[in-house]
Amino acid sequence: MTERRKVVIVGSGPAGLTAAIYAARAQLEPLVIEGEPSSNSDQPGGQLMLTTEVENYPGFVDGVMGPELMGIMRNQAIRFGAELRTAKVSRLDLSSPSPFPVWVGDPEADEPTVEADALIIATGARSLMLGCPNEERLLGYGVSTCATCDGFFFREHHIAVAGGGDSALEEALFLTRFASKVTVIHRRSELRASKIMQERAFKNPKIEFLWDSVIVDVLGDTKVSGIKVKHTKSAETFELPVTGLFVAIGHEPNSALVKGQLDLEENGYVRTIGRSSRTSVDGVFACGDVQDHIYRQAITSAGSGCMAAIDAEHWLEERGE
Amino acid sequence: MSEKIVTLSDATFDEHVKGSDVPVLVDFWAEWCGPCKMISPVLEEIAEEQAGKLQIGKLNIDDNLEVTRRFDVMSIPTLILFKDGEPEVRLIGAKPKGQLLQEIAQYL
Repeated sequence: MTERRKVVIVGSGPAGLTAAIYAARAQLEPLVIEGEPSSNSDQPGGQLMLTTEVENYPGFVDGVMGPELMGIMRNQAIRFGAELRTAKVSRLDLSSPSPFPVWVGDPEADEPTVEADALIIATGARSLMLGCPNEERLLGYGVSTCATCDGFFFREHHIAVAGGGDSALEEALFLTRFASKVTVIHRRSELRASKIMQERAFKNPKIEFLWDSVIVDVLGDTKVSGIKVKHTKSAETFELPVTGLFVAIGHEPNSALVKGQLDLEENGYVRTIGRSSRTSVDGVFACGDVQDHIYRQAITSAGSGCMAAIDAEHWLEERGE
Repeated sequence: MSEKIVTLSDATFDEHVKGSDVPVLVDFWAEWCGPCKMISPVLEEIAEEQAGKLQIGKLNIDDNLEVTRRFDVMSIPTLILFKDGEPEVRLIGAKPKGQLLQEIAQYL
């Protein structure tokens, strides 16, 4: 028989785990389907598992490593009785009112794995890739989306970082610990990153910027030997002889599971109603980066996870459960 | 750590990997790598389930640069499956258990 749960949370980044902490403390015995190991930000612990030091999460005066922070949140959720399952949701059916069937594993199975009275979507977002011809072939051979994982291998090398936001500058700054030189390649003439990060990057003698430039290809036979860069204003292309390329050009929401079932924004993010985590389907709540393309911080994500748990709790109470 | 997993080093790598009767899946990892932590429990499970058919070895890249360089590891986690001492398949990045097993199945 299909298992029935009061609250099922899909995803286990700061949003999902905060929702789990609150729902567990409200005696709702939440099940968190946390995802499966992966290196492209759709994994247990979410995007912070691929980051270095988190300096802006309140409560950590000296900063904390992303994976460590997620380990702490996970243990906190478990302490209050949340159940975490290392698995990936393969299908959700939101076409009929609650309870909502949730499939793990074979999405075509007759019986769902679990039915949820209230469902919290916290599937987050993933890194965008450049999409140039040889990027995927050289992923792991010099192309990387994870500076903390791979920076070590570029000791005294010249490497490039693609992007102009906080993530790109964080990676660039982290990589200066290893690299002899880091070239940040940005398609505009100014950065999106916060002022403090910009200031640090401009001050770092190992970091240089290539403005109004896009990467059109990654070069190399068995590992990266350079990148082909196009200057957008002059349309000139040239080769930059780097051995590593770190991609941090932005994110897209992991909303494929609910596409066509929940109202989405034009850019694919889940639409929430007013100042709540409610979605277009009664009993389905969304929190974290899957519904936020503006703030996208660990702390706002955690905050919205708390909102989702409280919204779900109230919703269950109103139904008399 | 499971007793079925062997800790490898620059000094003991060849002896373990070349001298093994069964294929050896070597996990190149480091303390500071989030995705390495994610696959650690998966490897523990595989080590127990495949005992006798597959040996799992862990190599800390911080402490063992020689072997890390010899196999051109540039991203972690990297898993390399060695059969008769030769590298047969290389898996880069954390992957779910099912996918890991599938990708090494033909060598077991």
